[in-house]
Amino acid sequence: MITALATLLVSQLAGEALVRLVSLPIPGPVVGMILLFVVMLTRTPLPPALGETADGLLRHLSLLFVPAGTGVIQHLDRFGTNAVRLVAVVVLATAITLAVTALVFEFAARWMRQ
Amino acid sequence: MINFVELWVYLSGSPLLWLTATLVVYIAADAISVALRRHPLANPVLMAVAFLSVILLATGTQFPTYFAGAQFVHFLLGPATVALAIPLVRYLPDVRRTLVPMLTALIVGSVTAITSAVLLAKLFGLDRGAMLALAPKSSTAAIAMGIAEKTGADPSLTAVLVILTGISGAIIVTPLMNVLRLKNYAARGFAAGLTSHGIGTARAFQVDPLAGTFAGIGLGLNGLLTALLVPLLLPWLLD
Repeated sequence: MITALATLLVSQLAGEALVRLVSLPIPGPVVGMILLFVVMLTRTPLPPALGETADGLLRHLSLLFVPAGTGVIQHLDRFGTNAVRLVAVVVLATAITLAVTALVFEFAARWMRQ
Repeated sequence: MINFVELWVYLSGSPLLWLTATLVVYIAADAISVALRRHPLANPVLMAVAFLSVILLATGTQFPTYFAGAQFVHFLLGPATVALAIPLVRYLPDVRRTLVPMLTALIVGSVTAITSAVLLAKLFGLDRGAMLALAPKSSTAAIAMGIAEKTGADPSLTAVLVILTGISGAIIVTPLMNVLRLKNYAARGFAAGLTSHGIGTARAFQVDPLAGTFAGIGLGLNGLLTALLVPLLLPWLLD
């Protein structure tokens, strides 16, 4: 488990370093994910401990958003008098984006199968 | 009585109390979500954030004091993002097979996310500041903040809208996909991650591991594309 955690952290660190060095407009952990993905392509089967640690983190991904979510709620006053309209825009735009993305995916997949 | 006050003063200032509170409140929220058979409205992030906000308000605790403890949980977001590589490797054959539908959905979805937010804001008579903060709302927080910096949007407003997009997408996605009769977990997951970044991805992992994997890809790819598209589309949308 410690080796697995170290593997994740080393990948993240490499990602962060790369982002700073080349000044990419992407967060370091995303680059870290790509790096780990490329390395793991050559490692089949996956190291079991790394699989378990990754699954453990991703199973409780919701937990990891709680501190940021709690922080953001403190800024709800930024909505001011626009609160109702802003929430309406967010909910509607979110529903539209979800529907359009999933439908395009599904139709393109069906078209490919033909 | 005075001892309790002293104890509170000591404990409330230490990271231990708020780290413990974050974990215990999340465990309770997750247990409620499980008891309600993962009903979309019983979203664990939303419930935990609501409980903790009430606790902070009731005890008069400032956010920096809370975050001194909660930061240890927050820190794990980085390693968890890296960990998305693992399901990606596992489901690589599925990902390869759906590369064309995925990239088509990525481009259409990303443009839809930005334009629908800005145009709806225009329709509802919101000001330019709101439109700037709404544009990057489907990308993950770190990327949205970077975009906000470039476009001159209010960073706190952008952060609130990003989290709100995450939570509302996590709640809407299951009932919406059922109404649309979409049973393909790759399509459902990809839409959840693209639209509602990490919080949508967390929901997708609760429902199905394949959906979670595609959500992770959607979150990553849309983060990159949103960073490219917002500066391109904004001048045209704001006109």
